Amino acid sequence: MSLLSFLDRERTIAKPGFSRWMVPPAALCVHLCIGQAYAFSVFNLPMTKLIGISKSAPGDWKLTELGWIFSLAIFFLGVSSAVFGRWVEEGGPRRAMLTAALCWAGGFFISAIGVYAHTLWLIYIGYGVIGGCGLGIGYISPVSTLIKWFPDRPGMATGMAIMGFGGGAFIASPLSVWLMGKFHTATHVGVAETFIVLGIVYFIWMVVGSVIVRVPAPGWRPAGYTPPAQASKLITTNDVFVYDALKTPQFWLIWWVLCLNVTAGIGVLGQASAMSQEMFPGRITPIAAAGFVGLMSLFNMGGRFFWASISDYIGRKNTYFVFMVLGFALYCTVPSTGAVGSVEGFVLCFLVIISMYGGGFSTVPAYLKDMFGTRYVGAIHGLLLTAWSMAGIFGPVLVNYIREYNVTHGVPKAQAYNVTMYIMAGLLVIGFICNLLVKAVHARFHMKPEETALGIAAEAGAAMAARLTGKPANA
Amino acid sequence: MTDRISDEREGTSALQLVLAWGFVGIPLALGVLQTLINAVKLFQ
Repeated sequence: MSLLSFLDRERTIAKPGFSRWMVPPAALCVHLCIGQAYAFSVFNLPMTKLIGISKSAPGDWKLTELGWIFSLAIFFLGVSSAVFGRWVEEGGPRRAMLTAALCWAGGFFISAIGVYAHTLWLIYIGYGVIGGCGLGIGYISPVSTLIKWFPDRPGMATGMAIMGFGGGAFIASPLSVWLMGKFHTATHVGVAETFIVLGIVYFIWMVVGSVIVRVPAPGWRPAGYTPPAQASKLITTNDVFVYDALKTPQFWLIWWVLCLNVTAGIGVLGQASAMSQEMFPGRITPIAAAGFVGLMSLFNMGGRFFWASISDYIGRKNTYFVFMVLGFALYCTVPSTGAVGSVEGFVLCFLVIISMYGGGFSTVPAYLKDMFGTRYVGAIHGLLLTAWSMAGIFGPVLVNYIREYNVTHGVPKAQAYNVTMYIMAGLLVIGFICNLLVKAVHARFHMKPEETALGIAAEAGAAMAARLTGKPANA
Repeated sequence: MTDRISDEREGTSALQLVLAWGFVGIPLALGVLQTLINAVKLFQ
């Protein structure tokens, strides 16, 4: 059996007796690794001292130059998930996960060369472009597989995987700091060696995930689960072709819902440390602010699982209504917590807000599945992630520039974020309206019965051929 | 032929499940614990 055939979708079809609870760990193997992206900032300061070692020297890179590495990676996450979504969907999760592993680890190795050679563009290409493609492909690779394994709890299933993306930083951050400490010498800071070790570790981890992963056999359903005989108002039993989804208003409404929810969260996530210290000068120290950021990351991760699981019971549309209404109330409350000096109130507001930021990411695959069916949900999800790229620009710009404008116009630093909070609340009102406008997809966009039947027959035939011959049908 | 198909099973043992979940769960739990320890400083 060649490696290429081992990667085929047909090879990953589970045989009877396979437990579906093996699939979330497989997905987590990938998401925990690519979630390292959230911890990339731990390399920023050491990379400004590659020449000077103890402090920045002339010729060392500046923080502003290094900031582009993360931005590029997130940009290419959105681009690659949109471009390769259909390929991921049709090629199966194993091929996609291995490709993601090669890109992700390859990105680290190229970046290590970039650090050795002190060539910044190599890191832009390595971590930013190639690693960013690994991020995008890896992010969407297990989504539709999980939804197919857990038709009874699709929100919880995708929530588990996407929680891993939020949790990856918890592993990467202390591991990276520890490794840099081990490799640090009098002549270099140990970043390149750390990149190499991380590349190897992440590659192994992601390959394990790709070996474990399976797709359910056509027609499989969990024991005791009976699919609803009739589609409910907002949960379709039909499928929509990936590029036809782009022609529906529902896709763009959900795109805006995600974009606005992420914009509101990502801006404060990036500025949480500075914001907390400026709003409570003398009361929140830099160490306490770091603790606050850690706590926010925990709620970002936990919210991904919590809210997506809740959505299985209250529905996706209602879950986003909660994000928008509760988020609006909390953003409007934040300035008051600053005014009355309530650190506890401030922390509580942002922890809930950030849990809903994470929840927005993890609930959206199930929302798409409800709207467009399971057939191309991974690919459609990939297209939707462009909203994340857009929000990644909007959010920090809104927070930073409005604060800067206020400070330069004489507003005290403790109140410099108030306007931003009200703007964020306003964005959530627009998100609420977009979510309100989401209705069931018109039947003219549904794949025709013969197209769906052909797809199912082809899958079933391939599965049968693979089992009988021991080879994939297309080998 | 039919027998061959039905005979092919891929039973998942409890040990496999524990190993798979431990593989991802233990590093994550350690990372979360470390973060919680740091977060406590917020309230000290």
